[in-house]
Amino acid sequence: MTTERPTMIEFKDVHKYYGDYHALRGINGTIRAGEFFSLLGPSGCGKTTLLRTIAGFEGIDKGAVLIDGKDMARVPANARPTNMVFQSYAIFPHMSVAENVGFGLRRSGLSAAEKAKAVEDALGMVGLKGYGGRAAHALSGGQRQRVALARALILKPKVLLLDEPLSALDKKMREHMQVELIKLQRQVGITFILVTHDQEEALVMSDRIAVMFEGEIAQLADPETLYRRPNSKKVADFIGTMNFIPATVLSETGHKVEVEAKGLGHLTVDAAMAPPARGESPVVGLRPETLTLLYDDQKAAERETDGVIDEVIYFGDMTYYDVYLGGTDVEVRLSMRNVPGRPVLDVGTKVRVAWSPSALVLFR
Amino acid sequence: MAKQISAEARKGWTLISPPAFYAVLMLAAPLATVLIYSVMTGEKGAVSLPLTLDNYYELFTKPIYRALMWRSLYVSLCVTLATVILAYPIAYFVSFYVSPSKKSLWLFLITIPFWTSYIIRVSLWRTILGYDGILDSMVMGLGLTDTQPNILSNGVLSIIITLAHAYAPFAVLPIFVSLEKVDRSLLEAGQDLGESRWMTFLRVTLPLSLPGVIAAVLIVFIPTVGDYVTPELIGGGKTPMIANLMEVAMLKQRDQAMGSAIAVGAMLIVALISVVFVLWNRRFLGGRK
Amino acid sequence: MKQGSGLRGYAFLYLLFLYAPIIILPVFAFNNSQVVAFPLKGFTTQWFGEMWADANLRAALGRSLVIAVVTASVATILGIFAARASVRYAFPGKAPVMGLIMLPMVLPDIVVAMALLIVLLSLSVPLSMLTIIMGHVLLCMPFAVAILTSAFQSLDKSLEEAALDLGETPASTFRLIILPLVMPGIISSFLICFTISIDEFVLANFLGSGKPVLSVYIFGQFRFPAKVPAMLALGTLLVAFSIVLLAIAEYFRRRGIARAGGKDTGGFL
Repeated sequence: MTTERPTMIEFKDVHKYYGDYHALRGINGTIRAGEFFSLLGPSGCGKTTLLRTIAGFEGIDKGAVLIDGKDMARVPANARPTNMVFQSYAIFPHMSVAENVGFGLRRSGLSAAEKAKAVEDALGMVGLKGYGGRAAHALSGGQRQRVALARALILKPKVLLLDEPLSALDKKMREHMQVELIKLQRQVGITFILVTHDQEEALVMSDRIAVMFEGEIAQLADPETLYRRPNSKKVADFIGTMNFIPATVLSETGHKVEVEAKGLGHLTVDAAMAPPARGESPVVGLRPETLTLLYDDQKAAERETDGVIDEVIYFGDMTYYDVYLGGTDVEVRLSMRNVPGRPVLDVGTKVRVAWSPSALVLFR
Repeated sequence: MAKQISAEARKGWTLISPPAFYAVLMLAAPLATVLIYSVMTGEKGAVSLPLTLDNYYELFTKPIYRALMWRSLYVSLCVTLATVILAYPIAYFVSFYVSPSKKSLWLFLITIPFWTSYIIRVSLWRTILGYDGILDSMVMGLGLTDTQPNILSNGVLSIIITLAHAYAPFAVLPIFVSLEKVDRSLLEAGQDLGESRWMTFLRVTLPLSLPGVIAAVLIVFIPTVGDYVTPELIGGGKTPMIANLMEVAMLKQRDQAMGSAIAVGAMLIVALISVVFVLWNRRFLGGRK
Repeated sequence: MKQGSGLRGYAFLYLLFLYAPIIILPVFAFNNSQVVAFPLKGFTTQWFGEMWADANLRAALGRSLVIAVVTASVATILGIFAARASVRYAFPGKAPVMGLIMLPMVLPDIVVAMALLIVLLSLSVPLSMLTIIMGHVLLCMPFAVAILTSAFQSLDKSLEEAALDLGETPASTFRLIILPLVMPGIISSFLICFTISIDEFVLANFLGSGKPVLSVYIFGQFRFPAKVPAMLALGTLLVAFSIVLLAIAEYFRRRGIARAGGKDTGGFL
């Protein structure tokens, strides 16, 4: 993350309408060459639409989409330096695996032998060596996806687009393919753009993520920034879980904001952790893992508050506690790793909760 | 904004224009012509002004027309009743007692007769039902009776039998489709609560399958009213239905205006009956998708 | 399962009733008797010979075949246009246009025949095989559209986009991807339209000239008791032929759906 890669894709105020429906409302941003980029958001947010404007299957009504510096306005899908892996994989059922993978090479001018070699290599790259002769409709979901990958990558595009590629797979397969895709991207070295609604998946795989809601990019950043410093309540709530505690802003000077948070008391928040105001009632946000229950012998590193356990949710390796803070009706969820010497506590137990002011974010 | 829609719409219209053009030319225009002719004055082989409703008046008052219309409706009603009642058990059987992999095979077997030559089938029934025909000889040969039943002499009955046989598959399919849609867990819930199988059928399955029954009624009733071949062949010219009347008016009397009026009039009556029937039963149709 | 066996018995009786005429056909086609009645009098193939020797019959058969092939081809091609437009594109007026195209399925054939006849007569167009073809195409188009719509619907839209994405033009995409996957539906449509045309009577009777097609010829012949056995022989062949064509059409329809990965909703209708 130190050297800046060159820009591969640029969105300049992109708007798109379906009739009266404003699907993309002014998208701006850049995607860098060689990065693993994700478009993340709930269904209907426009992420797939945006992906398809890169591929050339959707046009835009305003603004520009540039790939490697060139405006794609009049460039049809079959002439763009992108290739796509579709959500349904779109494997041609009436062809063999080799015919599928080699389909894009029809107009390449390569000899039959060269094509066969390229197909072999591509299949090897996705771990399907020797599958060339198989009928396409006889493959499992995971195999189909790899054929789709091989078919796209064989053409050495500048950008590989993936439309929710893992949503059709079961959990184990999904986790396996997540790792496979990361390795593949590093090996091939081109830009990958992934569309997903699964925030965990995006966090695991991406160099940077664009979080989208309702046709707009809410925040574009690397996973850690998104997680630690979300720029709005909506983003904070979408990525992982966050506790929101009502607060009142007392005063504000340059770099610092003084806040009174219900159940936590008086706080000083750094301006970097207080994104621009959106006219909502102020809340302070804390991730569950930044709160800790103190056992009898422990002392708080920074701040401490009293509380009462309302609910205990046991996961084996972790326990989640819902705790009422400081005699108020403010309830926070905190997570504790179950290690020897730290037993699971009961509902109703009075506890002390330690937390770090530097980990919280102020939304208003 | 509008650009995107019209590009797609343009492509759609380009593609659909050949068949659409053909349908307009070959169907819409001739049907419109029939409609117009029906209110004109007919003479030998031509129509002329003035516009008049005389043809319709004649259609609804002249005894021969009324008799034939009633007969057509009566025959259709009997055929519809017979086919639908006979079709329900077999639709039920295929839906509930046949394994899923074999269901399309059964459906295929039931529809095959429909695709074979109608002329052959009707001619065959004439041979079967005729005097000293296949049925007569079989029944007498088995010693069941001394004289020939000669069903063919009863024109209306023969027509009903022939049409019921021809339209049987039409009735089975819609009933089958709606039975398939019945949620099996509803039936199990009913049994779970202590209902007998017959009660479950009466109170759950039958009402839920009524949209299919209604469709079956319409699918059989509407075409049989206008059937030409069966009354022509089976009746031997002695028991015509409305379609044969149309032919006589058009071709033998060469009164195209009257023929058109018969066509339009008959279709209107059938449409009216169908609409009334559907509305009368709409409580069984409303709501569910 | 007592209720099951009762219904099962009924089901077989029902099938028997449905197939009774069709089964009777070959029985009496091979029966060595001029009279079509029980008891049976031995086996013979003379009726088939007599049928085939009839020159008028052969001529009528030839005409029917020509009409059926042309009808099936034209109806299927028009059906491809309509089905593709209907499945793939949204455009204003789609519902009414599709309704008009499908209308012949619910109209009595006599009305269609008369309406066409009126127009042809008023335009002084002579009746001939061509006018029969025109009528048959009108009648078969809805069936072609129904079958082909099902075939196009089971085609994943992403397949076309994938082909474009990999560098093909819309035209080559149609040729390499769409056509092969829809081909079973095309074959099925052709066979069904062919069968409908061969068996059709009303339009062929009223829109034809003095030279009859097969169904009209059969209609005429059944009036003469002497000719009936030969017609039964012909009928046997026709029915057998129709069933074979149907089975082939059904096979292709199912294969087409399976290949494109879709699900079978059971039947053309």
